[in-house]
Amino acid sequence: MQVFHPSTNTISRVSIFGAVFFIAGLLWLLNAFHRSSYYTEVGVPIDQPIPFSHKHHVQGIGIDCRYCHSSVEFSSFAGMPATETCMSCHSQIWADSPMLEPVRASFRTGEPIQWIRVHDLPGFVYFDHSIHVNKGIGCASCHGRVDLMPLMWKVNTLHMEWCLECHREPQRFVRPREEVFNMSWQPPADQAALGEKLVREYKIRKLTDCSSCHR
Amino acid sequence: MVKQRRSIVVPASLCVALLAACRQDMHDQPKYKPLTASDFFTDGMASRGAVDGTIARGQLADDSRMFEGRAGNDPIAAFPFKVTKADAERGRQRYDIYCAPCHGALGDGRGMVVERGFRQPPSYHIDRLREAPVGHYFDVITNGFGAMPSYASRVPVRDRWAIVAYVRALQLSQNARVQDLTPEDRQKLGVVE
Repeated sequence: MQVFHPSTNTISRVSIFGAVFFIAGLLWLLNAFHRSSYYTEVGVPIDQPIPFSHKHHVQGIGIDCRYCHSSVEFSSFAGMPATETCMSCHSQIWADSPMLEPVRASFRTGEPIQWIRVHDLPGFVYFDHSIHVNKGIGCASCHGRVDLMPLMWKVNTLHMEWCLECHREPQRFVRPREEVFNMSWQPPADQAALGEKLVREYKIRKLTDCSSCHR
Repeated sequence: MVKQRRSIVVPASLCVALLAACRQDMHDQPKYKPLTASDFFTDGMASRGAVDGTIARGQLADDSRMFEGRAGNDPIAAFPFKVTKADAERGRQRYDIYCAPCHGALGDGRGMVVERGFRQPPSYHIDRLREAPVGHYFDVITNGFGAMPSYASRVPVRDRWAIVAYVRALQLSQNARVQDLTPEDRQKLGVVE
């Protein structure tokens, strides 16, 4: 007497074979999820306590990044503006706007405004704004055209492979120091030559050791 | 059928094991990044100010000329250090960042923020301000004046003096005589001698 139907042979073969694809598919799914904007938040505007528009302040008024992010040139942290910085202008401009009530409330009480961090690096990554800015890496190289963003979002994943893209070949991305805060700077046609020259001039090293960032 | 079920159970449990390994402990370490919230300190802030009565290294402000722009109660008329062209250029950069939004790139008090309705500051080119001593400008940047708040937390002392030097350069630029220029600059302007 035969216990199994002859078709069981086929089923077992197909299912063993299928399992390979099933596992591979799951891994692919996991990877796709990790890269999706659902997980990375790339291109997703982040809700903030006040709908602050960089587009209005930077492109419209022409305020330099450093007016608010004033420690970017000498500190690891670019700096977030104190409420007093907002009130430099908003004590008189839009002074009754209900949208800005959280700013005024913060100014009255001394309670800081709780902005939501848009670029949140993992705790195991050491990052320093000042060295990047001082070696000719523009704000827009990592943060994108913030001057055109009505609300803030990320344009890059901040994944390690993205960091390494530049750390392996800084000459492709470096720009003259005086253009670092120029949001609309475009690499010239001879970026290859300019990049090589700036890498030498600014003594830029290709830091791809693990311990450059994981320390 | 048992065989087939096992073929699903094995990869499925493998996936569960994989996902279970996805903990975020390393990602979200129990450490403070600048300006994060803290439930340890009563004010809720992780970043702490200096303790009262202490001075951070390199921040001892023991020279009133340098750090307040004053000698006794009077604003000083001369810079507390020798100003170089590099200082003035640094001043121009800092002026364009922190001052130009209101005071305008020319120093005429017609910056973009003023165009949008902020009270107009006086032009640097009026007699009263052209005659004001440098210490006055330093004091205004440090402590604010009228509608202008203090910029002390954003502009370090040396940069404040650099800005003052640049304000002087702006004043000169609006009141210079052709005779004061070098022959090259005169040529650039197309002045016929």
